Amino acid sequence: MSDVTRATAAELGRMIGAGEVSAEEVTRAHLDRIAAVDGQVHAFLHVDAEGAIAAARAVDSARARGEKLGPLAGVPIAIKDVIATKGVPTTCASKILEGWRPPYDATIMERINAAGMVMLGKTNMDEFAMGSSTEYSAYGPTRNPWDLGRIPGGSGGGSAAAVAAYEAPLAIGTDTGGSIRQPGAVTGTVGSKPTYGGTSRYGLVAFSSSLDTPGPVTRTVLDAALLHEVIGGHDPRDSTSIPAPLPAIVEAARLGATGDLSGVRIGLVREFAGEGAEPGVAAAVREAIEALVKLGAEVVEVSCPHFEYALPAYYLIAPSEASSNLARFDAVRYGLRVGDDGQHSLEEVMSLTREAGFGPEVKRRIMLGTYALSSGYYEAYYGQAQKVRTLITNDFKAAFEQVDVLVSPTTPFVAFPFGSRTSDPYQMYLADLYTIPTNLYGGPAISVPAGLSEGLPVGLQIMAPTMADDRMYRVAAALETVIPPLTPPALSGSNS
Amino acid sequence: MAAISREEVAHLARLARLAVNETELDTFAGQLDVILQAVARVGEVAAADIPPTSHSVPLTNILRDDVVKPGLTRDEALSGAPDAADGRFRVPRILDEEA
Repeated sequence: MSDVTRATAAELGRMIGAGEVSAEEVTRAHLDRIAAVDGQVHAFLHVDAEGAIAAARAVDSARARGEKLGPLAGVPIAIKDVIATKGVPTTCASKILEGWRPPYDATIMERINAAGMVMLGKTNMDEFAMGSSTEYSAYGPTRNPWDLGRIPGGSGGGSAAAVAAYEAPLAIGTDTGGSIRQPGAVTGTVGSKPTYGGTSRYGLVAFSSSLDTPGPVTRTVLDAALLHEVIGGHDPRDSTSIPAPLPAIVEAARLGATGDLSGVRIGLVREFAGEGAEPGVAAAVREAIEALVKLGAEVVEVSCPHFEYALPAYYLIAPSEASSNLARFDAVRYGLRVGDDGQHSLEEVMSLTREAGFGPEVKRRIMLGTYALSSGYYEAYYGQAQKVRTLITNDFKAAFEQVDVLVSPTTPFVAFPFGSRTSDPYQMYLADLYTIPTNLYGGPAISVPAGLSEGLPVGLQIMAPTMADDRMYRVAAALETVIPPLTPPALSGSNS
Repeated sequence: MAAISREEVAHLARLARLAVNETELDTFAGQLDVILQAVARVGEVAAADIPPTSHSVPLTNILRDDVVKPGLTRDEALSGAPDAADGRFRVPRILDEEA
């Protein structure tokens, strides 16, 4: 049997359904791969081998009984540690939640379990999903499988690295300002951010509630669409879940895979052109766009004059919502408690606990948000940022009157070395320059491999109108026919 | 001119219930100043007559049917608490003065 860790999720699902390989064999192969390479990569914070084997055996038994299996039944998946998993540690890579085992599953976990998928474990991230490198994890960074001295992106660097290093064929990420797409770009994987409200936030530990969106992390576009179909759709437990059916995303990915983009209009954002992408990134993206033209797409330039204010608006809105959301870590209902020695009041215990339990980036954002929401500053900062959000949304709507999708680099630079952006937090924020406008608007966007620059992966971002996720899958799958999935160099301690 | 002073950062930390130390105050004051000067650019946009967007999805209240559904048991709800007693969350004293 060939190495099942190299297979796509679609192939694995088909092979398991046909009885060519058992779900247990597939799961054990991935657990072996994790044991062999995760000491170097550190994609996982927790591996649930026992639970995974049990889930895989349940699928094999169901098949033996003649039950019909779904397309991803028995396929392993890694879950970002910001998603509540019943009975399995969920820390958000923070000391404040160390050892917490949620008493319930997130909606997307219920759907993943119902689809017969096999959770391998929980992946590393920047603490509470705040960061672009995983260097803000309280449990040490994840390393990029392409170069272990470089960051895997963030916040979902663990999910992207796990998929890039063949530790899992699929993973779940969450995207608030680019945390699915930027790790996808710098690890040479596919990262898909669905329409906001298209995937449920119930059981996603909240960072910025008006922006947080869970989505697929995969090696192929079809796999992303298949996983999106499992987790997506209306959830009555999420007040901002869109009560409408998902677009036909899997069909769109299959249509795109025919390599025909005739009739598709692609927009280039004029205002992005001058904004600091590295030359190698710009060149790879240019080639990818030329490839799309060869497949029949028409490319036009569009103007989105307010995009340059997206980054400032985001770094007011997201920290404001975070400062409110993270108030729930009060040393009472779950997590850490420090200073409860009979000498300190409840308020002092809260302050000591939060000081000990939160890392530097989380503290920075809580204070920034507290500032932006405080009386006297509210209108100038938070209020103004919300108005800018309206203007950015209007820019998107005007652009989508002219084109079907917008494309850009996913992130301005390839994976950077550890420590190169932590001393100046704003330099880290620039990693999200191209991804943030979409979050403010709420539309879907996907990052797909666009080739290499200096031996490191570059991502192309494809943005679509809200609830038109099918468009981005079509264009992404078409590009894949020209730029096939990337393979990182072999890690030591493994055969490949 | 600095957008934010060290004293203001200390005040924010108190409001946010973060017992930051003196060294952190120095670091955060410098970093927050850089960030605030950068994000203050939103003020350059003329937007007086623009309505704010709090959310990309238009929100209306949706009420579910008044039907009992299973929820967490008391023990499940208390399972992650740092301290619990008699089926309740136990907390340190709330009032500063002696009881």
